[in-house]
Amino acid sequence: MSPLDSDIAHLLAGSMVLLSFLLLYQDRMFALLNVFAFHAFALAGSVAWQAYLQRAPHLFITALIALLFKGVIIPVALRRIVVRLGIHRSIETVVSIGPTMLFGIALVGLSIVVMLPVTQAEGPFVREDLAFALSVVLLGFLMMVTRRNAVSQVIGFMSLENGLVLAASGARGMPLVVEISVGFSVLIAFMVISIFLFRIRERFDTVDLQALDMSRGEAL
Amino acid sequence: MSYSDWLIQLAQTALVLGTAPLLSGVTRKIRARLLRRQGASVLQPYRDLLKLIRKEAVVAGNASWLFRAAPYLIFATTWVAAALVPTFASGLPLGAVADIIVIVALLGTARFLLALAGLDVGTSFGGLGSSREMLFASLAEPAMLMAVFTLSLFAGSTQLSSISAYMLGPGAGVNISLALALVALIIVSIGENARIPVDNPATHLELTMIHEAMILEYSGRHLAVLEAAAAVKLLLYLSLIACVFTPWGTAVAGAGALAYAAGLLAWAVKLALLAFLLVLFETAIAKMRVFRVPEFLGIALMLGLLGTILLFVSKVSR
Amino acid sequence: MSQLAASGVGLLLALSVLGIFAARRALGTRLVYAACAAVCAALAGVALLGLLAPGAGLESVEIPVGLPLGRTVLGLDPLSAAFAVIVNLAAAIVSGYAIGYGAHAREPLRVVPFYPAFIAGMNLVLLAQDAFSFLVGWELMSLASWALVLSEHRAAENRHAALVYLIMASGGALTLLLAFGLLAGPHGGYSFEAIRRVSSAGVGPIVLLLALLGAGSKAGLVPLHAWLPLAHPAAPSHVSALMSAVMTKVAVYGFVRLVFDLAGPPAWWWSVPVLLIAAVTALLGVLYALMEHDLKRLLAYHTVENIGIIFIGLGLALAFEASGMRAAAALAFAAAIFHVFNHSLFKSLLFMGSGAVLNATGERDMEHLGGLIKAMPVTAVAFLAGCIAISALPPFNGFVSEWLTFQAILLSPQLPQWVARLLVPAVGATLACSAALAAACFVKAFGMSFLGRPRTKAASAAAETDRFSQIAMLLLALLCLLAGILPGFVLDSLGAVTQLAVGERLAPQSAQAWMRIVPVDIHRSAYSGLFVFVMILLAAAATAFVVRRVASHALRRSPAWDCGFPDASPATQYTAGSFAQPIRRVFGSVVFRAREAVAMPKPGDTAVARLQVELHDTVWDALYAPIIRLVAATAERLNRMQFLTIRNYLTLVFAALVALLIIVGTWR
Repeated sequence: MSPLDSDIAHLLAGSMVLLSFLLLYQDRMFALLNVFAFHAFALAGSVAWQAYLQRAPHLFITALIALLFKGVIIPVALRRIVVRLGIHRSIETVVSIGPTMLFGIALVGLSIVVMLPVTQAEGPFVREDLAFALSVVLLGFLMMVTRRNAVSQVIGFMSLENGLVLAASGARGMPLVVEISVGFSVLIAFMVISIFLFRIRERFDTVDLQALDMSRGEAL
Repeated sequence: MSYSDWLIQLAQTALVLGTAPLLSGVTRKIRARLLRRQGASVLQPYRDLLKLIRKEAVVAGNASWLFRAAPYLIFATTWVAAALVPTFASGLPLGAVADIIVIVALLGTARFLLALAGLDVGTSFGGLGSSREMLFASLAEPAMLMAVFTLSLFAGSTQLSSISAYMLGPGAGVNISLALALVALIIVSIGENARIPVDNPATHLELTMIHEAMILEYSGRHLAVLEAAAAVKLLLYLSLIACVFTPWGTAVAGAGALAYAAGLLAWAVKLALLAFLLVLFETAIAKMRVFRVPEFLGIALMLGLLGTILLFVSKVSR
Repeated sequence: MSQLAASGVGLLLALSVLGIFAARRALGTRLVYAACAAVCAALAGVALLGLLAPGAGLESVEIPVGLPLGRTVLGLDPLSAAFAVIVNLAAAIVSGYAIGYGAHAREPLRVVPFYPAFIAGMNLVLLAQDAFSFLVGWELMSLASWALVLSEHRAAENRHAALVYLIMASGGALTLLLAFGLLAGPHGGYSFEAIRRVSSAGVGPIVLLLALLGAGSKAGLVPLHAWLPLAHPAAPSHVSALMSAVMTKVAVYGFVRLVFDLAGPPAWWWSVPVLLIAAVTALLGVLYALMEHDLKRLLAYHTVENIGIIFIGLGLALAFEASGMRAAAALAFAAAIFHVFNHSLFKSLLFMGSGAVLNATGERDMEHLGGLIKAMPVTAVAFLAGCIAISALPPFNGFVSEWLTFQAILLSPQLPQWVARLLVPAVGATLACSAALAAACFVKAFGMSFLGRPRTKAASAAAETDRFSQIAMLLLALLCLLAGILPGFVLDSLGAVTQLAVGERLAPQSAQAWMRIVPVDIHRSAYSGLFVFVMILLAAAATAFVVRRVASHALRRSPAWDCGFPDASPATQYTAGSFAQPIRRVFGSVVFRAREAVAMPKPGDTAVARLQVELHDTVWDALYAPIIRLVAATAERLNRMQFLTIRNYLTLVFAALVALLIIVGTWR
């Protein structure tokens, strides 16, 4: 692998981390969906580059799935849901953006500290990829924790899943079957969540999860 | 250091000053054309400066000596900082006495004095401008320093000439940290030069103005000097980005007349391109609410820090 | 050399006794301060000679007082000599200032006798070459300064400040006592020489912790900073200057002596707590300062920030030294000590300036000041120089030490440990952030007090301060500039100190062209303060010259324009509170849980609109308040003990005796 090859892989994986941060930063629903689409594009690019580097054609399929489902279909679908349901267009955060970002930086540092020592046997390139992937996963989690709105929680969940795919593609590729099943599970999760959104919306007239907590008597 | 190097350094120092109004004229022209207006000539800033300089200076009755001295000091520090950035030639004598951290700090000195000047007359607008400027600076300056850290860790040096040389060499590749540093630097340049999402250079009567609010009480020759300083600052930032991220074509000290000419041409092209991109971005985006700006600049800080942290990954595992 | 220094301390103590009688007259007060200035200047000179003399080894004086087993040894090694220069230089100038300023004291008898004793205590700490005299000096310094804090005892807040200070000081001294006890080991050699001979492996981490607690509480590391902003402003301004600018440095000396010199070779992880605490201290200190409207409290909080910066340098030095990177360690250490020097200069200057303002207007609250630049031009110039210096802006000295710290940070990728390598960039970001916030803070401090229009009658009636104060302030401003443009000399004189602390010295700097400093390598980084300064002067002069030749000379004075809203009322100006409001909103909502509430009357209603700001001192609420509650509750319980019968008391004594006997019996 030439230095340029690994530089490009590094750049693509790193840009996924960057896009995860942008996801955290967004406070508008549509901008969030757009950034998520870019996140998926970066994933597709990263996986495709891995496919090329590892001469693993099945990874191209993974990349394609990422591109089509996560880059196009899901954002478009979510956008339609947002429009149809008339969900409030700005995102309410539990913790404000500045501390969230700081915490995110700390998470990236943490994942580097955790990943690099335990993967000492691997090549440099796999190690970096894994560190980046773990960062993306953790940032996705962070997003799910710090957002109130169900739609942004869905996005957080899916960006988390993108991180998993990134990790899998770096580590010599996972079997296609696993990949497809993961893809389907995400799809199913997506459908379930959107159905839930409909139901929630019908019942409570909002998708703010805090309203749900209140109806259960948990909040306050 | 030979005398010719010093001569080139002197030429560069003069060049920075001479072309700064032209650059702001060009940005205004591009902006006008993008908005489908005719726009004033690119030489208009020179005429404005001349006009201002010939006018009588009106100074508020209770202004102190600081108010009258500040423009010259602000201009001088900005100019010195700009002279330290390689434009068409690198490796010049001044690079060996002050590095990029000094440039950032000199701009800090200029800003400090400007904020004080804004407070001197004791008006509400001046205070508003100073207060907000210092708020933004408290995020923009560390963001810039973090971007600088990333670059310096790459090149193993804080001197712009060495960084520029490193970027040309085989050591630098496509790297995510570099990209992050670039984005951070761009955001900082937008913020520090009072460009659109942060501040509006064209406005004069708006509650969200920052830079204009601080210099509201200035007129005549004082205003001219301050305007010139602002133009030099814009040139400084664009030259800095050009010097670090597009080092191609820059002449190395002692390279001969032809190389210098090529360097000059390359510099002009880079600057024009950057100015175009800046204006394109500016026209495509709306001005932000004031309290959204800290988040915007905070992003730059985060990116700079992230770049530095990620750098450890790539540096170490290789 | 050491004899001279020791006799200097003796002289100061004698002056202290003399002060009791001299303070009855204004002339006597002046004479005592003048004598203090002379002795301090002499001490500074002696220490400088000791620092610069080539191959000056440790020569010590033994004094036949002290513990029965130990000896009292006084002497100057390079480390104490460097700190002695810093302490006595600032003390000499502050004493010069006090010749003028001290005359305003309401009760000189409460100030004058303690002042020389305070300086003597600090010098004793520095000269001490054994644990006993170190602690005696430390206590002398604490108690004398406590008495000085209490000098204006009529105000309840000053009494509160003195109480808090006393508690913190005694706690700090206790931890230091424990640290020395651990270092001396079971066989108890209390001279530093004996301690160095004993291998102190194993106790190192505990000594570090105790040093952080003991020296840190004196220096003002978060969260032990709580007493600084209470006690420093309570004292008269020249004492505030000494406490804030000088005494905190003695605390830094205590930390350096314990951790770098006596505790043996450091482990790499020692740097982690030091760096973390230092970074938090730097950032929180400046944020606290920004929220503060009282000029002297602002300065005291800002000392907290600077102590953070110094400890960042020390933490880096520990990390580098533990990893065998001695050159980098020398750089970081030199940066820290340089900042110690710088801070002693500009913080004394700023406290003197605030004292002059306080004298002229009777106000410490910036909301009541304004426009003093016209009434007090000399003070304003000196204060401005101090503000630029403390904001770490070139060409003044604060920038140099910060630049050196940044250069040390940029060497951190060579550290072998992961945690350190990831921590150091974050510390760098914090440092950059606090530097930028410091600039905002001092724009506020200078802008609100000296610029704009006077906000009160007192401010408009102000007059320039006395000659002695002016000269002292200008002298310090000049020193700030000189240290900023000729940093090579300062760095060179620190060579022996870094040699002692981390076993390496920086390459000689003063021979470099253009007086530049080159900490690592000429291709890596260089800075010439002199050149930058001359360039700025030339550029400004050239611009002024050209403008003078080309431009119109006409100048008209007119009312301020203010966008067409000229208003005669100075109340429409930005105040300190409004200046800091955006920063409070961005940073304070997390750190201080700041809340704002605006009560706006309905249209037509003529009631006053109100803006209410609520700030919480998170550290106080989380750490001190529970302790205070606990102590109060325990005291309440124990109070019952005061009203027992004699039989009950006897029972208690008996029970205690039996319990002790059981412990002794079971221990064997």
